[in-house]
Amino acid sequence: MSFNDILSLLRIALHAMVPLALTAAGEIVGETAGLFNIGLEGILLLSAFGGALGAEIGGPAVGLLVGMGIGGTVSLLFAVINTYWKGTQMVTGIGINLFAMGFVAFGLIQLGAPGFHDVPRAMELTKLRTPMGLMSPMILVALILPVIIYWFLKRTRAGLMLTAAGEMPEAADVAGININRIRILAAVFGGVLAGLGGAYMSIAWLGVVTKDLSAGRGFISLACVVFSGLNPLLALLGAFIFGFFQALAEWVKTLPAKPIPGEFVSMLPYIITLLVVSGAIGRVRFPKALGVPYRRE
Amino acid sequence: MSNNESTPQSRLLRGAQRTLTGLHPALESLLAAVVGLLVGAILMSIYGFDPWETYTGLIKGAFGGSYEIASSLSRATPLILTALTFSICLRAGMFNIGAEGQMYMGGIASVLVAYFVLPSGLHQIAGLIFAAFAGAVWSIVPAILKITRGVSEVISTIMFNWIARWLALYLAIFVVVDPLRPEKTLSIPMSARFPVLVRGTDLSYGLFVAIAFALVIYFLLWHTAIGYEVRAAGLNPSAAHYGGIRNKRTMFLSFILGGIAAGLAGAAIVMGLPPTYAIYGGGGLPQLMNLGFDGMAVAMVGRNHPIGILVSALFFGGLNAGGRVMQFYGAKPVPLEMVRVVMGAIVLVMSIPELIRLFPMIKKRGEELIGSMRRLTRRSDRRESP
Repeated sequence: MSFNDILSLLRIALHAMVPLALTAAGEIVGETAGLFNIGLEGILLLSAFGGALGAEIGGPAVGLLVGMGIGGTVSLLFAVINTYWKGTQMVTGIGINLFAMGFVAFGLIQLGAPGFHDVPRAMELTKLRTPMGLMSPMILVALILPVIIYWFLKRTRAGLMLTAAGEMPEAADVAGININRIRILAAVFGGVLAGLGGAYMSIAWLGVVTKDLSAGRGFISLACVVFSGLNPLLALLGAFIFGFFQALAEWVKTLPAKPIPGEFVSMLPYIITLLVVSGAIGRVRFPKALGVPYRRE
Repeated sequence: MSNNESTPQSRLLRGAQRTLTGLHPALESLLAAVVGLLVGAILMSIYGFDPWETYTGLIKGAFGGSYEIASSLSRATPLILTALTFSICLRAGMFNIGAEGQMYMGGIASVLVAYFVLPSGLHQIAGLIFAAFAGAVWSIVPAILKITRGVSEVISTIMFNWIARWLALYLAIFVVVDPLRPEKTLSIPMSARFPVLVRGTDLSYGLFVAIAFALVIYFLLWHTAIGYEVRAAGLNPSAAHYGGIRNKRTMFLSFILGGIAAGLAGAAIVMGLPPTYAIYGGGGLPQLMNLGFDGMAVAMVGRNHPIGILVSALFFGGLNAGGRVMQFYGAKPVPLEMVRVVMGAIVLVMSIPELIRLFPMIKKRGEELIGSMRRLTRRSDRRESP
């Protein structure tokens, strides 16, 4: 393994980190306020698809915006069901995932080729020339956003209100905070970030939409959130670890002599996720009202 | 109020109300199905399809004749079992999303019967036992992780789905592969196949395995002490613990039962799948794909009750079977994927509790809005009049 190999491995790892880091950072905001969205997988898929279409119409910036819009809209629906209508969050999330799986496969068929759709090169987000090779500018966004979110959650009044809504909604309600509204805002923000991550996958990284493009990334980001105990900086670290193992799996697949079968290499990121989550948990504490709709008495 | 209750008339009323609340869940499922189909119709018209014609094709393909009904039932068979996986664990208070992976393992394990000879009858039972065992093993690990390390079962079961997918692909391509036809696994031998129930269709005796297992689960959960404990732990874990129920045991039991159900689903497909009775590793396990996820939709619409699941599996089996006809029906046929869009929409709607009460609520909100607007206009009228 030469120095160049390590460099390219690191580069792929950073690229693979972005969707996980963005989605996890957004989900941390949502979970802090008390909404647990397992529909992230579906949001990633839908926004990757929508983002690619948007990019073909108006360029990469429009594509990213469309992705964010889709993420925000789906999360708005999720949040309204689970605040005002007292829904079951897990089930809503499962519904979103099923819907996205069907809709993206259906949409891809409507575009011509069943199963996948290429994004034209010219419409992809340009990568920056750096000493490490071509890097997407979105890596910077993914590195900076968690820091801002950390500061926002711990140091600002709005962040504390969010924490209160997730931790003890009764008290927050008495203090004059509109629980449902703040939860919806938090979830929509999380959805926008997941949408950005999804659009990044199709128009800034892989340049293709497939019907299983998200490949469990939504759930891996949830694992990052669990691992971090709702600390965006730790979640970023988790996202990098998972990104690294995805990159490693891709890299091993390109080796001429295969040390282990490709199927086992593909399992690696998921096994690592399991190991990390089962090793990290125990000291992690979650908001008390996570997953429980707030009812006034 | 109390003296009112004693009059025969009010007692009758209460009785009627009780029947209505008994019907309530079924009504809600029906409503969700209608809303889901409507969402599908809207999407189809956006994309320029004719929803009316599409649904006509779908219904004809699902329930149009004895062949169609048989193939709907055949699609319903694995769905009954994977839905039970989700429901048993939900009744115990957990979200087991791992039916997909557990079913893969069960399907692969049932292929192992090709390696030995047994008289027919025993051979099928051997296959079912293998599958149930494999499914249960795949389900126990997340349960152990949950109990010992506190790992959320949602995350662990999903990771296990992906691991199972790659493991099953590996096993299907390299281990239990048919040496003469490497694109598929060994075929289930004659003596271990489920006989076809309706000639010319792929409906096999596997259906009875699914129905029997649903009835066993119904009896176990609603008519035995251990089943009562499972449900109590699901409704309120701390109260159940206080009442002397060992939550870890019920958790374990529900995951094992769920794994067995999913494993049997894999066996029911592979052992009852004409013409080859084998899994195709090349195309990425096409016969098994997504049946575990669809099972969650079936479970939700069946209100997580074994009997409800039987009914809703017939509905979803019909959607899947009809979808196959739908994709070739009419002037501009709709791809099969639309069926999953409809399923997703149905599950989304099902997540809203007391769906029916939502409509009066929206109406009330609307009336409030209209009322406040009227007040505003009245105020402005008054201002103008003097």
